[in-house]
Amino acid sequence: MNQPAKINSIQAINQALDDAMAADVNVIVLGEDVGDKEEGGIVGVTRGLSSKYGDARVRSTPISEQAIIGAAIGAAIVGMRPVAEIMLMNFTTVAMDMIVNHAAKLRFMSGGQTHVPMVIRTMTGAGFGTGGQHADYLEAWFAHTAGIKVVAPSSPADAYGLMLSAIEDDDPVLFIENMPTYWTPGPAPERGVKIPLGKASVLREGTDVTLISYSRRVLDCCAVAEKLAAEGISAEVIDLRTISPLDTETFLASVAKTGRAVIVHEAVKPFGVGAEIASLIYESLYGQLKAPVQRVGSNYAPVPFSKPLEDAHVPSLEQIEVAVRATFK
Amino acid sequence: MTAAIPDGEILVGIYRRMTRIKQNDERFRAVLKSGKLVMPYYSPRGQEVIPSAVSACLDDEDYICTIYRGVHDMIAKGIPLNDLWAEFGGRATGTCKGKGGPMHVTHPATGVMVTTGIVGSSMPIANGLALAAQIRGEKRVSVAYFGDGASNIGAFHEALNMASVWKLPVIFVCQNNGYGEHTKYANSTAVANIAQRAASYSMPGITVDGNDPVATYRAAREAVDRARQGLGPSLIEAKTFRFHGHVFGDADAYMDKGEKDAWIAKDPVPLFRNWLIATGLASEDQLATLEAAIELEIDEAVEFTLNSPYPDLAELRRDIYKDEVNV
Repeated sequence: MNQPAKINSIQAINQALDDAMAADVNVIVLGEDVGDKEEGGIVGVTRGLSSKYGDARVRSTPISEQAIIGAAIGAAIVGMRPVAEIMLMNFTTVAMDMIVNHAAKLRFMSGGQTHVPMVIRTMTGAGFGTGGQHADYLEAWFAHTAGIKVVAPSSPADAYGLMLSAIEDDDPVLFIENMPTYWTPGPAPERGVKIPLGKASVLREGTDVTLISYSRRVLDCCAVAEKLAAEGISAEVIDLRTISPLDTETFLASVAKTGRAVIVHEAVKPFGVGAEIASLIYESLYGQLKAPVQRVGSNYAPVPFSKPLEDAHVPSLEQIEVAVRATFK
Repeated sequence: MTAAIPDGEILVGIYRRMTRIKQNDERFRAVLKSGKLVMPYYSPRGQEVIPSAVSACLDDEDYICTIYRGVHDMIAKGIPLNDLWAEFGGRATGTCKGKGGPMHVTHPATGVMVTTGIVGSSMPIANGLALAAQIRGEKRVSVAYFGDGASNIGAFHEALNMASVWKLPVIFVCQNNGYGEHTKYANSTAVANIAQRAASYSMPGITVDGNDPVATYRAAREAVDRARQGLGPSLIEAKTFRFHGHVFGDADAYMDKGEKDAWIAKDPVPLFRNWLIATGLASEDQLATLEAAIELEIDEAVEFTLNSPYPDLAELRRDIYKDEVNV
């Protein structure tokens, strides 16, 4: 099949779902507005799937997040591979019991008799003026829960390959999609090629400092690394791809080499994923660090509406740059 | 609904389940008192009829999702006693290797798919089991057991609505025992009967005397048949009472004086036993033999449990994900 050279994340995830549904009849899709009668999702990620695979396998649901996740859990424990969409990450909060107490724990509580091979797709991210309840990055909550995996791709090709792996995985996976960069094109993935979960990617090699990030903020780290390269600062950029299980090996090897680390995420900084990564770095590399580990995250506040506030809330290129420079002081 | 009394064999089968539940419960409480086993225990004594009558309409491959007060539902569905007791004892030989405990028993071979400790959470998952059966064109049905308190949580309403919209083969069985933890039904619930809530979701809703095996069986039969025929979900509200309060050690101070005693005086297990004998559907000898056999089976399950090892500490890293965790 002919592939365009570039596709965006909406097309990439759609293609992954399409390929997974074609390959395995147990893959079903459910969520609010996911069917074609409802326009195949509010941004069209699932567009075309219900027409191709039928309304039994692609189901638009009531606005009932607990029922959506419950249905996916029940179907998953008897062998289906549901991809449940929770439209926005903040809406996972109304399904936390199903996600945390059930999806994540049933394998353990049943002593391995049942497991929950489901994917929860959800989108989020500041930038569209959606305010305090539509744009949070809540990945730390889920990464803090044993039993669920957390994946956050930064490019269309990664989204495709990671989605194929997430669907095939025998454990529940929370799959975080960044809304503002949905339409950003990137190199098209190779059809059928999976990207393993739990493995980070070294996007840019460098020797002086390691930038560790995931999801949209990887793009910012690459931009800062590019800028600093002009001054002779060689930054390595690591895209975690999967937050849990965390690929500690890759970033520890990098920081062991560079002696400097900056962690960047869009979630608020306190108690975030960056804190866990910084601790792991200190635990393993305390004596080898050339500078304290730096963390960059959003302001410790709800995501604001007003554009200047929203812009100032999230990590800026300047903040990342300042944090990198701080490791050279 | 047929007005005829069900087949004698079915009725004796219901009694077998009821007494099995009662005898196990009595032993659980005795063993807890002796201190030989320690666990949070939610006695189902008094509620024996409901899952016994429902299970008489189910096959092994039908699914149930139950709750923390669910040992009667598991026993009625046919869970093997050794595995059950060992799980309650936290032993490696339990259904879940001792990792779930009384509130989280799973036994797929008998269709006990999920036991939840969260009020209201059995229903959304039962929908998913039913959804899989529906998509695959299987004839199996799925039962969600829950208490009256659970009908006030959002998950109940979400689950019933979705089941009705999708015509899922699921039966929602509310065991209304008059109390949500320590709070009386009337102080927490805005409708006289939970079955009324079925009307909001365009599904049949029936209130039955959950201590009447024949009435409960008939209601279950109709709901199960309906689900199997692809006609969608039903809500059965079976009214009953729990004889031993919320959790083992409950002081019952929140109950009216005499309320519990009045229910115990109408204990459904001996009442049904006497009725079976009086109607000639069973003989005293037959039932005594059946009860004695269950007693021996329980003796063996207790013995099996007490002689079973605790799980290996390596289990702490297993079954979190498919691959062992090493964090």
